[in-house]
Amino acid sequence: MKPPSFDYVRPRSLSEALGILAARGDGARLLAGGQSLMPALNMRLLSPELVVDIGGLDDLRGIVERDGLVRIGALTRHVDLQRSAIVVRHVPLLAVAIDHVAHPAIRNRGTIGGSIAFADPAAELPACAVALQARMIVAGMAGTRIVPADEFFLGIYETALGPDEILVALEFDAVGPDQRSAFAELARRRGDYALVGLAAHARVDADRLDEVRLVYFSIGPTPVRARTAEALLTGRPLTRDTVTAAQAALAADLDPPADTQASSAARRQMARVLLARVVMELLDPVPIGAGG
Amino acid sequence: MPGTIPIALTVNGAPVSRAVEPRLNLVDFLRIDLGLTGTHVGCEHGVCGACTLLLDGDMVRGCLVLAVQADGAVVETIEGLSERGALRRLQDAFLARNALQCGFCTPGMLIAAAALLAQDPAPSRDAIRAHLSGNYCRCTGYHAIIDAVEAAAAKP
Amino acid sequence: MTAPPFSPFDRPNSYIGRSVPRPNARRLLAGRGQFTDDVQFARLTHVAFLRSPHAHARIRGLDLNAAKAAPGVIVIATGADLARLCRPWVGTLTHFAGLKSPPQYPLAIDRVVWRGEPVVAAVAATRALAEDALELVVVDWEELPAVADMETALDPATSVIHPEFGDNKAFSLHLESGAVDQAFAAAHQVIEAEWHFGRHTAVSLEPRTMVAQFDPSEQRLTVFQSTQTPYQMQDVYARHLGLSDAQVRVVAKDVGGSFGMKLHVYGDEMATAALSMMLGRPVKFVADRLESFVSDIHARDHRVKARVAVTADGEITAFAVDDLTGIGPFSAYPRTSAVEGNQVIRLIGGPYRHRHYRADLKVVFQNKNIMSQYRAVGHPIACAVTEAMVDLAAASVGLDPVELRRRNMLTDDMYPYTSPTGFVFERLSHHQCLDRLVGHMDYESLRAEQERLRRHGVFRGIGIAAYIEITNPGPAFYGVGGARISAQDGCILKLEPSGQVRCLVSVTEQGQGTETAMAQVAASVLGIPLDAVRVVTGDTEVTPHGGATWASRGAGIGGETVLRAARALRDNILALAGTILQAHADTLDIRDGLIVDADGGRERMALAELARIAFFRPDTLPPDFQPEMTVARHHVPRGQPFAFTNGIQAAHVEVEIETGFIKLLKHWVVDDCGRVINPQLVDEQIRGGVVQGIGAALFEECIYGADGQMQNGTLADYLVPMAGEMPDIVVDHVSTPTVYSELGAKGVGEAGTAASAAAVLNAVNDALRPLGARVTTIPLTPDRVLAALGKLDA
Repeated sequence: MKPPSFDYVRPRSLSEALGILAARGDGARLLAGGQSLMPALNMRLLSPELVVDIGGLDDLRGIVERDGLVRIGALTRHVDLQRSAIVVRHVPLLAVAIDHVAHPAIRNRGTIGGSIAFADPAAELPACAVALQARMIVAGMAGTRIVPADEFFLGIYETALGPDEILVALEFDAVGPDQRSAFAELARRRGDYALVGLAAHARVDADRLDEVRLVYFSIGPTPVRARTAEALLTGRPLTRDTVTAAQAALAADLDPPADTQASSAARRQMARVLLARVVMELLDPVPIGAGG
Repeated sequence: MPGTIPIALTVNGAPVSRAVEPRLNLVDFLRIDLGLTGTHVGCEHGVCGACTLLLDGDMVRGCLVLAVQADGAVVETIEGLSERGALRRLQDAFLARNALQCGFCTPGMLIAAAALLAQDPAPSRDAIRAHLSGNYCRCTGYHAIIDAVEAAAAKP
Repeated sequence: MTAPPFSPFDRPNSYIGRSVPRPNARRLLAGRGQFTDDVQFARLTHVAFLRSPHAHARIRGLDLNAAKAAPGVIVIATGADLARLCRPWVGTLTHFAGLKSPPQYPLAIDRVVWRGEPVVAAVAATRALAEDALELVVVDWEELPAVADMETALDPATSVIHPEFGDNKAFSLHLESGAVDQAFAAAHQVIEAEWHFGRHTAVSLEPRTMVAQFDPSEQRLTVFQSTQTPYQMQDVYARHLGLSDAQVRVVAKDVGGSFGMKLHVYGDEMATAALSMMLGRPVKFVADRLESFVSDIHARDHRVKARVAVTADGEITAFAVDDLTGIGPFSAYPRTSAVEGNQVIRLIGGPYRHRHYRADLKVVFQNKNIMSQYRAVGHPIACAVTEAMVDLAAASVGLDPVELRRRNMLTDDMYPYTSPTGFVFERLSHHQCLDRLVGHMDYESLRAEQERLRRHGVFRGIGIAAYIEITNPGPAFYGVGGARISAQDGCILKLEPSGQVRCLVSVTEQGQGTETAMAQVAASVLGIPLDAVRVVTGDTEVTPHGGATWASRGAGIGGETVLRAARALRDNILALAGTILQAHADTLDIRDGLIVDADGGRERMALAELARIAFFRPDTLPPDFQPEMTVARHHVPRGQPFAFTNGIQAAHVEVEIETGFIKLLKHWVVDDCGRVINPQLVDEQIRGGVVQGIGAALFEECIYGADGQMQNGTLADYLVPMAGEMPDIVVDHVSTPTVYSELGAKGVGEAGTAASAAAVLNAVNDALRPLGARVTTIPLTPDRVLAALGKLDA
């Protein structure tokens, strides 16, 4: 199981990388951390003519917070997110979710940009980005554009990125004092892709939630917002009945796929369970690091 | 046919220069080009952990890194780590506890365990189990490995 | 200290019964192991195989021109090419009367019968170039209907995979003992249930690996192979490649796990050997993980319908079972694919004393990967069916599962005991094991806790599974059926000039500690330090011919062989010592590497000094005295066709009823494998075996579609147990040595795997019982648990 033959280039600057993409187009694949691309190459699921290793573009690394905005470079590794005090304080959803992403050796190489751009429907970070309404900073030869997370994920492994564009960073609003996030997933084994996962974010006022965003993953071709359930949970005191109604509403919001790991019906049941768990968590959060 | 690309890196403390095909991954480079066969190939899709090694001090999967990506890097394998004594406490504990059977996963398991102890000198059993979850062992059932890491952590 | 005949087990310096570390573990820990893929060769070539993408298809044509012209290619070979070099094989044995299987060739010739069957071989300068070339092979396929579902394989409407046989039945067997119908008619309760066991596979972390090196100048084939059975493979290569045994050498270096998977004959491996003969160069084959999933033998895949008859006071009087199993398109060679089903129906009910038993076995062909022997062959199925039915029996008469087992297990006064399926149990220890298990678990407290937690909506379960294990197989296993698979083992022991001993033994090492255990036996019998014994295994040119490692035979048969060789060498050493010291040999002993007076222990001479005289100054010895410092002994079990061990396991689990997730809290094993040579090695064999069984219980399944395609053939999709979800495992022992050998060791390789899935299954159903739910299929996926609980929307 050896990769097919390909050419390799390691540009020294973003503009050089964009120039290569513009020249080579569809035949080129970007290599960041490689934790998704390399298995696909080894299995010969992909056979690019050219691999463009953007690992040398140091400007694409790092986490900065300024004026209530947190900017995370695309090449920032999972392990860097895990260790970042900025992330824990201002984007705690990422800090919780990242612990569920694969295993330490993978987190030492895998990057946030790679995970977002690869757009695996079972991955945690795309759902977090949608829940938090992240803005994707996308560079192309013509300049930089900003794509809202809600418009970024188009299908399985399919995003709004053009073939000659590079995701350079993600921008998040730092969470306000009245905002909370919650995260839960069900995976067969620690580090596995979830059978179902849920990233949630809301404004919390005592027992009321507003601006609720429930984003499921591993339950459709992209991260999936449960809009009906969100509406039912918004703006009213949360009771057992409200939660039950929101759970029932998931039938309209979700159409989960079946695969070798779980049936569609099992995923729906699990989605209902996760909804109750994240609502509890939103109302009564467990400090980061205290939970599993 | 793409040509080869020159790379220069440090492997187990010694400088190494070679020309490699772009598609060659790091674990095959170490095993085939350098004869460092202590790092094993178990799945080639980043799941089993048998090819775990240190790249610039970080534990990584050797099958998920291209050799060309290691240009300029510092690589350490089970051979180098053993020779400089970096794993001795763990190796002694694994031996005493029989925390290995066929030994195929063992180099990766030791490196993963060492990475844990470097960040948490006294991990709980659950923390050890969680951390080692990326490294498959088909022989031991893991219990002895958890015991051995616990014992190594407890030693001064 | 008694004079000879002595017991090596109670000598003050005996290593038997002691946990000593494995001398060969040091190099594995340092990354200095030498697995087959680590060995270096000059002029090495690499082979890769084009494998069938279809479960069943005709090969209408092959276009190899582009592949042959690809860079680095040395040869592209087809099934027809290799059929000229390699005789086909047939996976039948005469003691499985009626077993059918067609001839099998290294590569498919005009038809493929499973997805993954090798079709074209590309030999190139590197593995990557070989794979590149295979992408250029064009095959004109004509897809044929696939037989996937074993339940319908025998239906008249189902197409027949091998038309020459007329149907898809490979083998069937009926067993009947006692008055079954009367027992059921008289029963207070008759319980019926149907149990399903998924296919799974071994997933040794080191894949199948070999390098075949044919030297045309000497007409000799040397095969370095990751195998359990080098002698069997030497014979297979010789007979099928037109060589004599003497022209073939098989060397097993370090083997990275095998579990019964690395002793079958695989087409890709035969092709590799044939290609080496074609090229006169070394050819390396390393199965990658994707091809491992569709070419390493699969295991299990059973559907068992079971009935049990119970009296009002909880006596089980009869079992009746119907086992259906699918084995893929061929019966595996040379051990067949009939063994598992045979063992399932002969082991069911094993620990219990019912006298009425009926079993029907049907073994059917399918267009799926070949199924054959994998660790604990048949045992996990038999144990799960038996123990699950026993739990249902207990519930039906309102008895605690432990109490029902106490009332039905064979008791100490019943041995030797002939089971309804014809097994003879020399002596087992079911009740001691059960008593110990209950004590370790603190069973009553766990039950009380279970009750308490249920009131809070926490559903925990306790599952118990008693087992018997077949070990120490004699020729009854394979030899009587015509298989050239040795049941005997051999050992050469040499005293070397250093005074150290070299032990060349035919049993082999895959990490279980065979070499250590053999050294412990040799050192104990000889009376020398453990580190004075070096054990060599796995090279047909060096070690005596023998059975090697399968069916838990290493310690019992290999250990007894070494014991006998060591006793012979000891006699020779003492005879020489007596001559040198002018003393009667009976008055001398060897202790801690020194010749001493048997009485009192006074030191007389070092072994190294004795060896110096033997090798360099025999002129100082009487002219009619020839020192014999090398001995060879062979041993085959006699008196019983195979041995039985027994034991019992328990699992404690928590079922999350909203999600169907199962958390393993703890696991216990009490095992009786007879004399324990090295407790630590035995415990770790058991723990490792338990976790493989837990894999079957919770995670592992080769999932096939109706088209015969395996759908989860990657290590990301086929779930193997990992550290995070596995429990701590408490292991304890009862020791009932067999009297059929002096060593008294039985074997322990299968024990853990035999019963752990059954214990987990029972524990989960125990947790679900108050909810009126029962799961009858393993692996126990969240889907299956949720379905049992009625929590899945229509």
